[in-house]
Formats: sequence, C-alpha cells, structure tokens
Amino acid sequence: MTDIAKFEELSQEAVSKHRSLWGDVWIQFRKHKGALTGVFVFSFITLAVFIGPYIHDIDPSAINFKKRNLGPTLSHPLGTDNIGHDTLAQMLAGGQVSLAVGFLAMMIALILGTMIGILAGFIKSLDGPLMRLTDLFLALPILPLLLVIILLFRDTLRTLYGPEAGIFMLIVFVIGITSWMHTARIVRSDVLGIKEREFVTAAYSIGTRKSRIIFRHILPNILSPIMVSATLGIANAIITESALSFLGLGFPPDFPTWGRLLYDGANFIQITPSRVIWPGLFIALTVLSVNYIGDGLRDALDPRLRGR
Amino acid sequence: MRRLLLAIPTLLVISFIIFAILDLAPNDPTGNLPMTVPPEVREKIRVSLGLDQPMHVRFGMWLIQFFVNEPLNILHEAFGISIGDATERTRILSWATRSPVIDLIIQRTPQTLWVVGLSYLFGILIAIPIGIVSAYKQYSWFDQVGTFISMVGFSVPTFFTGMVAIIIFSVQLKWFPMIYDTTLSVDSWQNFVTQVKQMIMPVSVLALYNASQLSRFMRASILDNLNLDYVRTARAKGRSERVVLLIHVLRNSLIPVVTLIALGIPTIFSGAIITEQIFRVNGLGQLLIIAIEGADIPLVQTLTFLFAILIVLFNLIADVVYGILDPRIRYD
Repeated sequence: MTDIAKFEELSQEAVSKHRSLWGDVWIQFRKHKGALTGVFVFSFITLAVFIGPYIHDIDPSAINFKKRNLGPTLSHPLGTDNIGHDTLAQMLAGGQVSLAVGFLAMMIALILGTMIGILAGFIKSLDGPLMRLTDLFLALPILPLLLVIILLFRDTLRTLYGPEAGIFMLIVFVIGITSWMHTARIVRSDVLGIKEREFVTAAYSIGTRKSRIIFRHILPNILSPIMVSATLGIANAIITESALSFLGLGFPPDFPTWGRLLYDGANFIQITPSRVIWPGLFIALTVLSVNYIGDGLRDALDPRLRGR
Repeated sequence: MRRLLLAIPTLLVISFIIFAILDLAPNDPTGNLPMTVPPEVREKIRVSLGLDQPMHVRFGMWLIQFFVNEPLNILHEAFGISIGDATERTRILSWATRSPVIDLIIQRTPQTLWVVGLSYLFGILIAIPIGIVSAYKQYSWFDQVGTFISMVGFSVPTFFTGMVAIIIFSVQLKWFPMIYDTTLSVDSWQNFVTQVKQMIMPVSVLALYNASQLSRFMRASILDNLNLDYVRTARAKGRSERVVLLIHVLRNSLIPVVTLIALGIPTIFSGAIITEQIFRVNGLGQLLIIAIEGADIPLVQTLTFLFAILIVLFNLIADVVYGILDPRIRYD
C-alpha cells in the first residue's frame, strides 16, 4: 500500500462524490421536515386539482335540485350545495383557478420586481426614481385599491373578453402589479452588493457586454432571494384572490374558485358548514405548505447555513 | 425633516393616482337610475354632482375640500374655533346619502378602533412573551409548538379562522352571537356583557393573526441579540439570567419590533375590511365595501386616501421611533 495508491483512491472518491450546487441545496432542503412535508402536500393538492376531475368526473356546474344539501355520500364524497352542485367537483375546478391565479400573478410580480430591482441596482441614474416608485407603491392601500379597480373595470373587461377570461386576466394583472415591491427591494440590494465584486470587474475587463453581465454573472447569484420571494408571492396571491372573492368582488358566482366557494358557503353556514370548511381548509393547506417550502428554501439556499 | 418633506409629494401623488383610477374608469353615477329617466335630467344630476367640470378642476376642488375645508370643520365642531364661515365651505358629499363623507367616517370609526385596536393590543401582549420564551429555549418543545402555531396563524387567512370560529362557537356551542349587533349601546351591566361577548370572536381572530406575525419576528430579533458580546459581558458581571434576558436583551430586541408594530398599524385597518365583513361589524371596512358596491366615488376616494395617509404617517413614525430608540441610526 503506497502513498500513491492511497492518493488515487482518495481522488477517486472525490470524483465520485462530485457535488453540484443544486445537489447541496437539495440535501439541505431535505433536512427541513416542514419544507419536505410542504412539498408533498403542495404537489398532492396540485395533482389532485388537475388530475382529479378525470377520476371524479361529475360536471361541477351540473344542477340537481333533488340532491341538494346532501351530506357526504359515495357518489358525492363531499356532499352537495343548496342547488345540488357536487362540492368535490367544484372544489377541484375552483382549485385549478385559484392555483393558476396564484402562479401567474406571482410570475408577473416576480418578473416586474426582478427587472426593476436589477435596473435600480445596476444603473445609477435609475436608482433614485425607481426606488421612489417602489416606496410609492408600498404606500398605496392595496386591498381597497384592488377592490376599487376590480369593481370599476370588471364590466369593460367582461364585454371585451367574456365574463370568465376578463375577470381572470384582471385579477391576475392587478395582484401582479401590486405585489412586486418587496422582490424589487431585495433584488436591488443584492445587485448593489454583487456588482462591486471582483468577478464582475473581471468580466468587465475582458470586454463582456452589460446585458451579458446581468444575465450570466448577476442573475444566477441573486436566484435564491428570487426563489424565496416566488414562494411567498404564490401564497400572497392565493390569499389575496380568495380575500377578493370572499368580499364578493372577485370571480362571478357561477365560476368556482376556493374564495368564491367560501363566500357562497358562508350564507349556508348553519345548514352545511362543510361548504365553508373544505375550501378554507384547502386555501390554508396550500398557503401553509408554500410558506414552509419558502422557509426550507431560504435555509437551503443560504450558504452560511448549508452543511450544518 | 427631509422625510417629512418627502411624505407630502408622496401623498399628493397617491391622492392623484386614486383620483385618476376612479375617474378613468368607465363609470357613470346615473347608470343605476331607471331607464325612464330622460337624458336632460341625467345631465342635471351630473351637473349637480359637479361632474361637468374638467378633471383637474375637480381634483383641485377635492384637494381643497379634503385638506382645508374638512379640517376646519372638524376644528369648529371639536373645539368651537371657527375660522371663516362654516356655512360657506363646500364639503365632500357622498353620492349615495348626500351627507358629508367625513360625518359618515366619524360615525363608523369607533367600532373599527375598538375591534381592531383591541385585537392589535392583545396580539402584541401575546406575541412578546411567546417570542421571548421560544427564542430563549430555542428548539425546545415550546419553541417547536409555538413556531408551528405562528406559521399556521400566519398562513391561514382570517376569513377562514373567523368562519371556523363562527361554526364552532356560534352554530355548535351557541356561546357567542353570530352577527355583531351594532345598535347595542353600553348603558347597563347586562349590555356590557353582551358587548364583550360579541367582541370576543372578532378580536381574538384578528389578535391571533397579528400575534403570529409578531411572535416570529420577536423570536428572530431576540435570537440575533442573544449571541452578542454585551450579553456575555452582562453574564460575566454576574447578573442573573432574568436580568440579562429581560433588561439587556429585551430592550435591544424590541427596537426592530416596535418599528414593525408601528408599520403594521395601517395594514390592520385594511385587514379589518375582511374581519368586519365576516362578523358584520359596521366599521370603516364595511363602509368602504358598501361605498364600492354602490359606486359612491367621493366616499371611496376619501376612505382610500385616509388609508394611504395612515400608511405614510406610520412609516414616518416608525422611522422617527427607530431613530430615538437606536442612537446608532441617525437621519441627516
């Protein structure tokens, strides 16, 4: 057994144990029990909502007055409402809309926030105006404004794109453009720190174009705060959408979302309390699991915490 | 001072944004009238509401009414100081009720302040001790349970917890009334008990939500401080753990928490919109919803702008308080 053989063995081991960044992140993420449970719950809800309607194939808008206000039965596992809609089918259909709103609104907020954050951090002359704009948006009373905007523009969009698509676009858009501010602030402060680092100077010195520096060198380094704010963004958007629907100013009555189902169920709380419990439970579970995923991601993406 | 100067243009821009959104919207206050009303009458109604003026004139009018006329009226009514002739001043009138908007708001404010204010106070009182204990005994069962509960309280929207509370305590157990009786005036012991009973659910639902956010923050803030050098010094001096934690650490950790509390006050007003809707409390939030549903533009505008003023004001207060509490921070 010579030293060379030992060295080769060790180097073999080092090669076979090659660790990537995302591998490390995953290892750390797995240690966070809450986050892991969150991933399972969230994927279960997403799968159930999108695949469920193929298994439980009752039309969510089918009306059957003979079978109203039923408790759970074999053909209607979650019972029916006051005009005989199947609650489970409505829950699944509503979940599709709620999750889609959450995801799309988060994407709008994320793209806007990242763009504004990078521009403010990278271009000095834009920093002041863009940050004042961010402060301004933070000072807007969001919920009252959302209510007002939706009320005032609902009818116009309804005539333009049809009742469902119009409201959907309006809600996604207004939630998106009123929740980008925190992302922008975090991204800006990170960009300010990173653009002074040596590797960026090095990239400049070999003549890299500005756009390439942003996409190749800066963006990957600020990915972790962006991902964390993405999870928070989904949670926030789902809560906002259901709050709007709960106040009666979200989606139209015949178009189920979780918030809308909760709002409709609230009037029948003494007859069929389950109509309130199910949508509320699913909103709560989704938001809770997404928040836990965000918590786990924050720990896993922080190199100071990783490997402990 | 610089920040105060910056707050004024911010508020002006916000008031203009609110005004512009309401104005650009395809909306007509005569739209809800019956079809039989002839166009000339509609036109007269529009003129009487001041809608024939161009937009910038109406915005200027509104600004004068809001910032000059209404404060003077409040001065007049509250302290009897009258500047100018009160009857000459135009006031912001609600389209739906034709009464001054400010009177409606003053009518509704006490209910909101009672429910929202109490719940915020209770939330703070619950959150601070929980935060201290779970940070001091990090990873103990108390901390684990506390963190989980605060995560749940923070994630579950109030309209769901409120509904569940109604199902359990009003429908099943019949302990508390389901709907907040707003005509109740507290004049006897009997009525006082009823008032307390109907306030328990809304207050505790909101308090739980506020407490869960604050306790997470309190815990993190104490954890940041626990490992600092001054804590070791205090222990080395031989001070008891109690003194170290409750005097040295707590005072320093409360600095960011106090600013968060100040920043949170305006957001609970908008949060109250939902809580008031669940329990049918006739506060400011409900007034806003009614105004929005009735397309009562002046009322909506004034209320929304009041919320904006609260946000800007408490941002300023938070900044100032932070500067006073933490001498390391100085604004130039």
